[in-house]
Amino acid sequence: MSQSTLDYESTVNTEQQSLGKRLFSANTLWTGLVLLVLYAVFSIMRPDAFLTLFTFQTLLIEAAVLLVLTVGMTFVIITSGIDLSVGSVLVFAGVVGAQVMEGMSPGGDATGAGAGVIAVGLLATVAAGAAWGLLNGLLIAKAKIPPLIVTLGSFGAALGAAQLLTGGSDVRTVPAQLRDWLGFGQTAGVPHMVILAAVVALHGAWLLRTTRFGRNNYAIGSNAEAARRVGINVTGHLVATYAYVGALAGLAGFMSLAYFGTTTISGHSTDNLNAIAAVVIGGTSLFGGVGTVLGSVIGVFIPAVLTKGFVVIGVQPYWQPIAVSIVLVAAVWLDQVRRRARNSR
Amino acid sequence: MPLLEAHNITKNYGSVEALRGASFSVDAGEVVALIGDNGAGKSTLVKCLVGAEQPTSGEIVLDGKRVSFDSPTTARRMGIETVFQDLAVAPDLDPAANLFLGREIKRKGLLGALGMLDKAEMRKQAAERFTTFGVTLQSLDVPIGSLSGGQRQSVAVARAVAWASKVVFMDEPTAALGVVQRERVLEVIKRVRDNGIAVVLITHNMPEVQAVADRVEVLRLGKRVARLTDADMSLENLVGAMTGALNQEEAA
Repeated sequence: MSQSTLDYESTVNTEQQSLGKRLFSANTLWTGLVLLVLYAVFSIMRPDAFLTLFTFQTLLIEAAVLLVLTVGMTFVIITSGIDLSVGSVLVFAGVVGAQVMEGMSPGGDATGAGAGVIAVGLLATVAAGAAWGLLNGLLIAKAKIPPLIVTLGSFGAALGAAQLLTGGSDVRTVPAQLRDWLGFGQTAGVPHMVILAAVVALHGAWLLRTTRFGRNNYAIGSNAEAARRVGINVTGHLVATYAYVGALAGLAGFMSLAYFGTTTISGHSTDNLNAIAAVVIGGTSLFGGVGTVLGSVIGVFIPAVLTKGFVVIGVQPYWQPIAVSIVLVAAVWLDQVRRRARNSR
Repeated sequence: MPLLEAHNITKNYGSVEALRGASFSVDAGEVVALIGDNGAGKSTLVKCLVGAEQPTSGEIVLDGKRVSFDSPTTARRMGIETVFQDLAVAPDLDPAANLFLGREIKRKGLLGALGMLDKAEMRKQAAERFTTFGVTLQSLDVPIGSLSGGQRQSVAVARAVAWASKVVFMDEPTAALGVVQRERVLEVIKRVRDNGIAVVLITHNMPEVQAVADRVEVLRLGKRVARLTDADMSLENLVGAMTGALNQEEAA
């Protein structure tokens, strides 16, 4: 009965959309194009200064630390959460790692430390970051305090804790071997910092796109109540996600140690906003449920290319934050429009 | 023998008696409408039957065995699923992902142990399920938030049905839908019944009751007051039972 009212759509279409069609509809493609166009424009304007291997390498190296933070931030924002503490956790973890390495070295000078000490330092740094992330996660998922407030608290507290540990000054002895190998090391022209960041990004993309952990991440951000009702452990997942972000912030702190040779305590106060901007420019929705690691990677490089490009073509660098902000607001506006169009059905 | 039965269920919230010895039963392969005025105890009874609440006293019998559900997960494991009024789907995920939400199929071997999902297999099975239950979708690749309300509800129904081996409870499944969409969901409900699953429909919509229900059980003031079949399911009888003009089980 009532077949006439039902036949306006025939049956389930089991054909998978072609890769090209899926790419075309994805906003990742469009942000990727924006990045390519920016790169092309600067290259054409100053091929001598912009289109060099050195510029390309520094662009990648300088983005590597932020990229690692951004991978974690992508996961958190997809759960419709936020983490304002990543920069401070980076500093805290770096301080812990640096002090552990100093403590294991004769005379408290870690400059000559060997591979064993560096490995322990790496573990200590990542663990310190993960511990802070775990605390964030427990407060958010178990105590049900809004992520904005919890991580704003951690933003201040982690930095304060780092300064307490060092008495306010930076730890300045970092193993030379670490700096040589990770900070400045290259293999076939590819800086090791970049390889490490790429590995983190690839692992993050794999985790988010193909595993149950990633699927649950989307489901919780899309509708946490629905996820709970089908038996997904929402609390446990959120705790794990914030711990993951913390661990990545720890790893970023270790990379920062290797690159700068000091704990750069005062140098990360806007990392959180840069990471959030990159994630949002990359098409991840602040309302949760939508986003990709690839998009976030592109979102990291749009501001980075703008900065480099403005320097190279001689535009005042103060234009960079203005340009980035415009891109950011436009990205969120587009997301809003898309959501409204969808929800009006 | 009924598939699922409840005997003399009571449920108190403090001094409030939401259920005062309510009974209920449903057979395999039938659609039973559970109706009653606001405050009659429909929602509370259903919550007790799907494990969301624990009754103060009384017994629940599934397949001839006495059972107690300490959580909805326990009830689900025994083949009882619920379609919620407020959908409870993830709007940003595609239909297949929603169908398998919380029950994803993993790949075989090492990759599966690492947590990797077998998306192709889930997609294939989802397409089969949707076809079985007559859920028509233009595409399996769009987030279900971009589908119409009726299609979204059909996916929610299909999900419950796909995993329910015994009973599906549907709380006002068509409340938010237009006429055509409602028609489609009712079609899906009939197909579910024809697959041998018991369907319990909680609704306020009397024409809908008459259109799909094989039987009606009426609650009033926390008790079952009437059980009506085919010929007795006139609007007059339904309303009479709900308001107290008709009472078959006075002494229950």
